[in-house]
Amino acid sequence: MLNTAPEPSRLAEAEERQRQESQLIARILAGESQLFHELIRPYERSVYMIVLSMVKDAADAEDAAQEAFLRAYTKLAGFRAEAKFSTWLISIAVNEARSRLRRRKTERTESLDDDSDDHATVSPAVLTDWREVPSQLVERHEVRAILQQAVAALPPIYREVFVLRDVDELSVNETAEALAISVPSVKVRLHRARLMLQRELAPQLQGMVKPEKRRFLWF
Amino acid sequence: MVLNCKHVWEHISEYLDDSLEEALREEVQRHLDHCEVCSAVLDSTRNILVLTGDDRTFSLPLGFSERLHRRLDDEMQRSLHG
Ligand SMILES: [Zn+2]
Repeated sequence: MLNTAPEPSRLAEAEERQRQESQLIARILAGESQLFHELIRPYERSVYMIVLSMVKDAADAEDAAQEAFLRAYTKLAGFRAEAKFSTWLISIAVNEARSRLRRRKTERTESLDDDSDDHATVSPAVLTDWREVPSQLVERHEVRAILQQAVAALPPIYREVFVLRDVDELSVNETAEALAISVPSVKVRLHRARLMLQRELAPQLQGMVKPEKRRFLWF
Repeated sequence: MVLNCKHVWEHISEYLDDSLEEALREEVQRHLDHCEVCSAVLDSTRNILVLTGDDRTFSLPLGFSERLHRRLDDEMQRSLHG
């Protein structure tokens, strides 16, 4: 997740997947339309998550995700093999979410045009003695809620970069391509998003880790 | 140049992605080796990314997949007969 440089085996895996996808796409375009189900199955979660993070409402997000998959189906003949299918699909989803936001913009206070990266530095929460938060904590509903709320509270331009990179696990380059922004912009926004989350979440999560049972020390 | 804590914070994200150029990465590493504050900032950030990247944190709504594939089938049928 965190490494941009893929290991050789993962690279081979990715190439193999891309090869299989091109074959699937060719067969779908040749008339085996049912194979489209198989083609998109690995990306259901990624598409839903980026759309949800943008439109925020679950029902609207589900509808937007469905529309994005339908659009991908009808536009499939226009897909160029030099792009990665997943990135192409996610950029369709991003556009679907953006057009929905534009439609409801008048009712919203959040502005889509507020695309300026302001350059004030984000400072992290300063802690010493960070106790690791075990990942089983995610099984607790209130922990998931805290994480979801913190991500939802990020400013939109940081949120979309963060979700593509750290939830959907796209690379920095793929994130730039899917959002049609530059690689340096992705890096700056990602950095700020991550530090904002650290500042918001580290103190809260720290408080949820039970301190180790105090052993009685007899002197 | 000796990096202070604020400089190091500027590079946390790229450090985590292992995308800092070599010389800078070493500088950051040297600072982290002896600074408790920055190590805690780094560890907590990394840890939070593990939690947000966990499939259980952001999961699909129940029945999402079934509804999606049903709708796709409907639309494919329609385009076939329309
Ligand atoms: Zn420091």
